[in-house]
Amino acid sequence: MREFVKKFKKDKVALLSFFILLLLYLSILFANFISIYPKDFSNRKLSYAPPSNIYFITPDGKFSRPYTYSYIRKFDKNSLRSYFIQDREKKHYLTLFAKGFEYKFLGLFKTNRHLIGTHDGGDLFLLGCDINGRDNFSRLLYGGQVSLTIGFLALFISFPIGMIYGGISGYLGGRADMLMMRFSEAIMSIPSFYLLIILAAILPSGMTSAQRFFLITVILALIGWAGFSRVIRGMVLSIKTQDYITAARSIGASKARIILKHILPQTSSYVIIAITLSVPGYILAESGLSFLGLGIQQPDASWGNMLKEAQEFANIMYRPWLLTPGFLIFVAVLSFNLIGDTIRDILDPKSEIR
Amino acid sequence: MSIYKFIFKRILQGIPIIIIVSLISFFLIRLSPVDPLAELKMNPSISKQTIEAEKVRLGLDKPIIVQYFIWGKNFIKGNMGTCVSGESVSSKIKERAFNTILLSLNVIFWTWLIGIPLGVIAALNFRSTFDRLLTVLSSAGMAIPSFFFAILLLIFAQKTGWFPIGGLTCPNFSQMSTINKIFDIFHHLFLPTLVLTTISLAGLARQMRSNLLDVLDSDYVKFAKAKGLSPNKVIIKHALRNAINPLVTLLGFEFAALLSGAALTEYVFQYPGLGRLILEAVMKSDINLVMASLVIGSFMLIAGNILSDILLKITDPRVRL
Repeated sequence: MREFVKKFKKDKVALLSFFILLLLYLSILFANFISIYPKDFSNRKLSYAPPSNIYFITPDGKFSRPYTYSYIRKFDKNSLRSYFIQDREKKHYLTLFAKGFEYKFLGLFKTNRHLIGTHDGGDLFLLGCDINGRDNFSRLLYGGQVSLTIGFLALFISFPIGMIYGGISGYLGGRADMLMMRFSEAIMSIPSFYLLIILAAILPSGMTSAQRFFLITVILALIGWAGFSRVIRGMVLSIKTQDYITAARSIGASKARIILKHILPQTSSYVIIAITLSVPGYILAESGLSFLGLGIQQPDASWGNMLKEAQEFANIMYRPWLLTPGFLIFVAVLSFNLIGDTIRDILDPKSEIR
Repeated sequence: MSIYKFIFKRILQGIPIIIIVSLISFFLIRLSPVDPLAELKMNPSISKQTIEAEKVRLGLDKPIIVQYFIWGKNFIKGNMGTCVSGESVSSKIKERAFNTILLSLNVIFWTWLIGIPLGVIAALNFRSTFDRLLTVLSSAGMAIPSFFFAILLLIFAQKTGWFPIGGLTCPNFSQMSTINKIFDIFHHLFLPTLVLTTISLAGLARQMRSNLLDVLDSDYVKFAKAKGLSPNKVIIKHALRNAINPLVTLLGFEFAALLSGAALTEYVFQYPGLGRLILEAVMKSDINLVMASLVIGSFMLIAGNILSDILLKITDPRVRL
């Protein structure tokens, strides 16, 4: 383990990716504290408000504490378009640990302090607003809670299934193996995204968001196990011919015990590599599904369904801040891939890309 | 084993899989709480007779196992029923499946044309700046969500006006000359191809690079060098051929990934492919269409795998089943 950490630290790219992921996961853990607006905040008058400008220099040229202005919406009768002007009457100073909405800090105690805010509760939209006048920055944090965790949760379902299925199939061999492998091949033969769409679409409507989140996780897991179980089966086939397995069998260990205690632990280094390399796939699948409107549904946020708004031309041309979830997905997936590559190189020197 | 025997055996292996796939997709959809005729009944332009005919065709009054066999029999005959919109499912699928295959083949062509040389150059200039750059770029390429990249390209197309947005053909397609028609199709294909190629290019170039590095390290390449063959001859005659073989196996996987990845890209670009068809069908809960496109999609995937295995047998006669 110490050896592993040492080697990992040497790889600067992997280390950087690790810190980026750490930052992302810490910010979704403390999402309530970092966000400026609560989950259910929306103000139709602020539809598509651009990011707040933050000033360090007052109009008369003096340095000042950072401050910002609130927005007033105006409507242009000639072009029939609404636009925003800044309410220059009043400056709202930015402060750390500002007072905001009340929440439970890590579910432990109630507080209303937030990492950043304005001193008197004026508007502060670091990354603009969406169509419903919801703060994009806060929603990125809440959306990250879904997008960055759903992959891990799905792994906790699909990997045990894949390991046990592959273990049984490989250990039993013969006709059982044949049947089980034909079945997993059939699952793999259905284009996975098609299956995903269909499974998500037959979910009954009118579920609570927690139920929906859970079922989407299960669906993602149902797609991923088949390919994984085939690799495990291949490994089991070679492990089961080793002497210590014969020894275990000869002292009368049960099949379940041999598979769970003696064979599957041998596959652990492959499993660790496969886990890190498959998290990004789940993140992408969830965001794709939500992007189509079949995954996590409004008003809950996920990076995928936030990007749904970016489908409109007017939005991508004039409101580029709506594209931020896409960049975050990119950064998260890239970091996972880079870390996965490094872990593979360390744990499995044979596959090292020299 | 002769090549024909190999092909025959490989196709025989595909049959049980397609049967299981059809079973899975049939029961998955039929056991879900959706009335297969609900949408048809809601369309006023579809006559009572059609709906009655559908009832008989699907055998809805019979037990579910019997229904599966009725459905299967009709499916083999090519009778896949009626869409919600009243068109026949089979004609719609035929057109869309062709478009998806066209897109996928186009992507595979460009991926190989660009990816193989990139991988070779990187391997030959191992640990050079180019090699490092390729590693970084390929990681980035794999991490872009396809639909996000597609959206970015749409902005580009909108701003420059260089590329048409959406569809496969211009509205005045039927009046064009043959050359213009071909040009028009490729003009429309360009952006979807670019998205999918970027994403699959990364994996291929990387694989080629590591394969070639492995082969260059092997004894027979060292021997060829020791014999005094020119470096170019060693690489082209001995190393490259052996390094490409494993990629042929990957071709099947690539096709599978493309079918899935294409669904989102097709959706964003409004490309009339199978992926978008299944999406539309799902949204409209058009059961006949969903079921048919799911099975056809799987069929294409299995066929792709069989083809790549046959190709591998041709390039590498050592392969056995």
